[in-house]
Amino acid sequence: MPVQTITRKTETAKPKLAVYKFSSCDGCQLSLLNLEDELLDIVGAVEIAYFLEARRAEQPPPYDIGMVEGSISTPEEAERIRQVRRDCKYLVTIGACATSGGIQALRNWADVDQYKQYVYAHPQYVASLETATPIATHVFVDFELRGCPVNARQLLELITSLLKGRKPNIPNYSLCIECKRRGLPCVMVSKGEPCLGPITQAGCGALCPGCHRACYGCFGPMEQPNMDSLGHQLTGTQKRTAREMKHMLRMFNGYLEPFKQASDHYERQEKQNA
Amino acid sequence: MSVPDGKRWFLPKESLDALIAVLHQQQYVVIGPVFHDRAIRLEQVQRADQLARGVRDEHSGGQYRLIDGNQELLFEYVVGPDSAKKFFFPPRQELFSLHVKGEQFVIDKVGPAAPKLAILGLRPCDLAAIAVQDRVFGYHQPAGDEAPWASGFRCESELYYTQAREQSLLIAVNCVRPGGTCFCASWGNGPQVNKDMPYDLAMTEMRKGFVIRSKSRKGAAIISSLSLRDADDAEVELEGLLLQRAAEHMGRQLQTDDLPQLLDRAIDSPHWDNVAKRCLSCGNCTMVCPTCFCSTVSDSDDLATGSTTRTREWESCYTHQFSYTTSGPVRSSIRARYRHWLRHKLDTWHDQFGVSGCVGCGRCITWCPVGIDLTAEVESIRRYDSRDENHAPPRITVEARP
Repeated sequence: MPVQTITRKTETAKPKLAVYKFSSCDGCQLSLLNLEDELLDIVGAVEIAYFLEARRAEQPPPYDIGMVEGSISTPEEAERIRQVRRDCKYLVTIGACATSGGIQALRNWADVDQYKQYVYAHPQYVASLETATPIATHVFVDFELRGCPVNARQLLELITSLLKGRKPNIPNYSLCIECKRRGLPCVMVSKGEPCLGPITQAGCGALCPGCHRACYGCFGPMEQPNMDSLGHQLTGTQKRTAREMKHMLRMFNGYLEPFKQASDHYERQEKQNA
Repeated sequence: MSVPDGKRWFLPKESLDALIAVLHQQQYVVIGPVFHDRAIRLEQVQRADQLARGVRDEHSGGQYRLIDGNQELLFEYVVGPDSAKKFFFPPRQELFSLHVKGEQFVIDKVGPAAPKLAILGLRPCDLAAIAVQDRVFGYHQPAGDEAPWASGFRCESELYYTQAREQSLLIAVNCVRPGGTCFCASWGNGPQVNKDMPYDLAMTEMRKGFVIRSKSRKGAAIISSLSLRDADDAEVELEGLLLQRAAEHMGRQLQTDDLPQLLDRAIDSPHWDNVAKRCLSCGNCTMVCPTCFCSTVSDSDDLATGSTTRTREWESCYTHQFSYTTSGPVRSSIRARYRHWLRHKLDTWHDQFGVSGCVGCGRCITWCPVGIDLTAEVESIRRYDSRDENHAPPRITVEARP
């Protein structure tokens, strides 16, 4: 087990941490840097061996923990991730891009060449893949942290649990559990908001419902989400259109099942309605 | 429905502040219903003008709205998402912190001390729920109760709960305007308090004040320190009429007399599949339920100090991981989890604690995002049951631990 390897390592030298960036906005890496009160403790417990956003100095692989931000969207990235996997004993994807493909996975339903024409003056210089895909599509991933961005507490929990050699305490249940523990009144019930909380994995601490907003599902699907029932409620009682449903489901984790399947369903429905 | 005997006093509206002041004098932290975040919530109050006033609530399956009500009235609503549960059994609680020194565990910190709370504005169903949790957490054992749980079987024996309950003062408000999802009358738990309920004072609101009664010595002491006048005959009669009208206007009904037998027979009811299609397994019903008591503990580490903290949080039997054992989750489908919850609440709770786990507050109906209605589901199960009378598997009982 990689967990044990890391624990053994602590007895002699500090475990080495590497943080990688692929196609992403850097927000998840920033979440790590934003752990201001704990950052010195983390540096005390692990050796930051490769983290270009934090320091210029690099130490050579192998690394004990590799954290990967971003999705695979270029041929170069598809190659690089294989080397990253070889370099890291324990590989963790951090955030929606690395775990589900992220916002850029919207291209998977579109024509990338057309997008390039719109955006770039000289699209011929842009080498990109037809799709943006999660890291786990390319290499074996030991653990996934969800969210856009990841939750800093969960990052810290993951690092400490790996150092202690115990299972990370990262729940898979619905956001509602966290939301109700905070004592927040359900925004769906009390305001009629189109909340994805009942199908979304907890972990953010109910950030959006805490600001009187509906959850937009940036932590992706929870364990066994009942897509049909929530969809029925949103399109029925709340009268949301198929187009709205598609957009909601595809926002951050659209390429992760079963959000993908459900969003495809609403796309077909949207076309039928048109 | 039993009406408690005893004397009634009259508390004028303007004396509510005096009541709160008396509670403060006795070192109570006063909790009351306030209007906060589009809902009636139970929070700490300092003065009577912080209490929600002139609002009504509209409840239906999966829908809750507050609308303008009579500005003279403070308690025109029924229950919001909060119940007394969150005070006696907090949603998140650090139990202790420790670190390892040599061969020993050294305790760094223990859990918080139990607060001394006076909760104002609890409804009769809330009191019934407190009585249920008193059994669950081993606070109080009614004399002469021979149920299996009374012989020492406890789900949890809970120090914080028992201390907080011991110190608490409960001031109930009878319901004169039941909500759309209320069915307390079906359980005999409302709309007014009864003698089995744990309360100190109970009030019924009228335009100018409250008809108030006391049940305990603590409650009587507060009445005497407020030097209230007796309620006159007209006020007592009006109270009776208001409460009778309320009993006739319950939003929902439930036939409760045969539920354990019905649900035992219904172990393979086709209706569980129907509910499973709608149930989100999100856990909202268990979170707002005033009697649900499941929790989980987890440990977290502090990298700087090396200290480990054990925290208890509310959990739900609706989560997949909740029934996780070495061989995987025991209840791996939503169907199994809904069935487990409903049967526990209405059926096996009797075996475990000697009472029903449902008090008829209607929270699970209102706060279910897709409006699954406990009373309607039971009726559907009943319809399937009456269609197939031969379908009667043996009764499953829970044995008390030796």
